[in-house]
Amino acid sequence: MSDALSRLLATRDWLMADGATGTNLFNMGLASGEPPELWNADQPDNIRNLYRMAVEAGSDIFLTNTFGGNSSRLKLHNAQSRVHELNRLAATLGREVADAAGRPVVVAGSIGPTGDIFAPMGTLTHELAVEMFHEQAEGLKAGGADVLWVETISAIEEYKAAAEAALLAGMPWCGTMSFDTAGRTMMGVTSAQLAALVEKLPNPPIAFGANCGVGASDLMRTILGFVAAGTERPIIAKGNAGIPKYHEGHIHYDGTPELMAEYAVLARDAGARIIGGCCGTMPMHLKAMRAALESRPRGPRPTVEDIAARLGGYSSASDGTGDEEGPTRERRGRRRS
Amino acid sequence: MADDDIILSELSDDDLVLQMHDDLYDGLREEIEEGVGILLERGWSPYDVLTRALVAGMTIVGADFRDGILFVPEVLLAANAMKGGMAILKPLLIATGAPRMGKMVIGTVKGDIHDIGKNLVAMMMEGAGFEVVDLGINNAVEKYLDALEREGADILGMSALLTTTMPYMKVVIDTLKERGIRENYIVLVGGAPLNEEFGRAIGADAYCRDAAVAVETAKSFILRKHNALNA
Repeated sequence: MSDALSRLLATRDWLMADGATGTNLFNMGLASGEPPELWNADQPDNIRNLYRMAVEAGSDIFLTNTFGGNSSRLKLHNAQSRVHELNRLAATLGREVADAAGRPVVVAGSIGPTGDIFAPMGTLTHELAVEMFHEQAEGLKAGGADVLWVETISAIEEYKAAAEAALLAGMPWCGTMSFDTAGRTMMGVTSAQLAALVEKLPNPPIAFGANCGVGASDLMRTILGFVAAGTERPIIAKGNAGIPKYHEGHIHYDGTPELMAEYAVLARDAGARIIGGCCGTMPMHLKAMRAALESRPRGPRPTVEDIAARLGGYSSASDGTGDEEGPTRERRGRRRS
Repeated sequence: MADDDIILSELSDDDLVLQMHDDLYDGLREEIEEGVGILLERGWSPYDVLTRALVAGMTIVGADFRDGILFVPEVLLAANAMKGGMAILKPLLIATGAPRMGKMVIGTVKGDIHDIGKNLVAMMMEGAGFEVVDLGINNAVEKYLDALEREGADILGMSALLTTTMPYMKVVIDTLKERGIRENYIVLVGGAPLNEEFGRAIGADAYCRDAAVAVETAKSFILRKHNALNA
C-alpha cells in the first residue's frame, strides 16, 4: 500500500475526484479541434489553473490533461512523436499543483481510449494497444503521476491492454468504462461483466467504476450494478453534469450544482468510494458536491426508484444485467460448434 | 454435430437465402462469399443477390442492434461478412448497370476530433452496401463540398460530439443552400449531444440516434429519391 491513492482510501470513507477537463479548457479559450494535450507544453499556466480549480473546489484526486495522449489520437494532429513529452509535462504540472495543496492530493494520469477498433474488424491488436498505453504510462510516470487512471473505455480488450501497460510500467492504476448504450458500454459490456473482469486481471485496479455515459441517473444505476456484483473493491462514480439539452437555440448540460450534490450523496450511499464528475462538471458543481458529502449524513443504499425520483428517469428500461447472454434470435441451426 | 454440416450448395434458393441471413448475423465472411457465388451461378442477378440475400440480412442485424440485442462487435463482424459478399458483387453490379445503393460523404465537423461514432456509421453504411467516402475529423465546409461534388455523392453525413462544434453543421447546410445545391443531397447528422429538434432547427434531413438508425434512414431517403425520379 505504498501508493498515495491507497493511503488516502485507507484513511477516508470517500474521496472526491475532479470534474470535466474539456469543458473547463474550452472556457479558457481552447480552440475546438485543437488537441488539449498540446497545452501541456504551450499553455502550462492554463493547465496549472485547470488542476488548481479542481483542488480548490475540494477534489482529493485530479486527472491529468492527457485523455487523448496516446499515439493513435495524437497522430490525428501529427503529434504522435510527442507522446512521452506531453504526458510527462502534464504529470509534472500536476505534481507541482498537488504538492502545493497543503493536503494530500492524488495526481491521476488520465489514459483515454485509442479510438481504434480491435481486429478482426478494426486495426487494433492487443500488442499494439499495450504498446500505446505503455508508452503513455511511462510519460505519466516520469512526470510523477501517483496512479494511472484509465477512463471512458468500452471494450474489454482495451481495458485488459491498459491493465497490462500499467503492469509493464510498474504503476498502480484505476479503470472506468463508459456505459452509454442501454446500460451497457458501446461494445456491450455490462456493469456485472466489468466487476467480474477486474478480479480476473493479474494486476487488478485499486478502484474501478463508471465515467461519462448518459447523465447522473444512468451512471448511478451502473454503480448499483457493481454493488450487486458483490465487489469488495473501491468503486468509482464519475458522471456527467446532466445531459446536453437543446433549449431555444442554445445547448447546455442540464445538471445544476444542486443536482450534482444530490448525485454525489446518492453515489456515496450506494457504495461508491471515489466520487467525481465528468463532462459539464465545473468547479461550482464540485464545490456543491464536496459540501454535500461533508454535511449530509450517510443514508441507506438508494434503490433504482429512489435515484429516478431524486435525479430523474433513465435513458433505457434495463441496464442489461440479468439478460440472457448473446443473441436471442430464433435460429435455423448453428454452424459453429 | 449434424447442424454444423450445412452444405450451402445443396440448399434450395429460399433456404440458402435464409441461411445467408443467419450467416451474416454470425459474421461468417467465407460462408457469405460462398453463398453469393452459388446464387450467381444459379443465374441470380447481382442486384437480387445484393438486396434479397445481403441487404435483407443486414436489416435483421440492424434491427437487433437498434433493439439492444446485438452490440457493436457483432454488428461489425456482420458488416465484415457483408463486405466480403460486396467485393464479389461490386464489379458485376457496375457491369450490369444495377441501381446503386448510394454514396455517402462523411466526417466530423470543423473543431471536432471525436470520431468513434462517425467510424461506426461509416462501417455500418458500408456493411449495408453503401459506398462511403470518409473525410476523417475536423472538416471545414469546403472540404465537405469538394468531396460531395468530386464523388457524385447522394448523402452527406456530419458528426459532432461537442456542444461547441454542433452549430458548425448549420454553417455547412447554409452554404449548401447559398450555392443552390442543398436539394441535391440527403443530409444526415448525428453525435451524442444532438437530438431531433436540433436536426430540424439547422435544416438537416434527419438526425440519426445511432449507426443502425443512420443506415435505416439513409435507405428510406434513397428509396424516396429513386421513387421521385421514377415518378
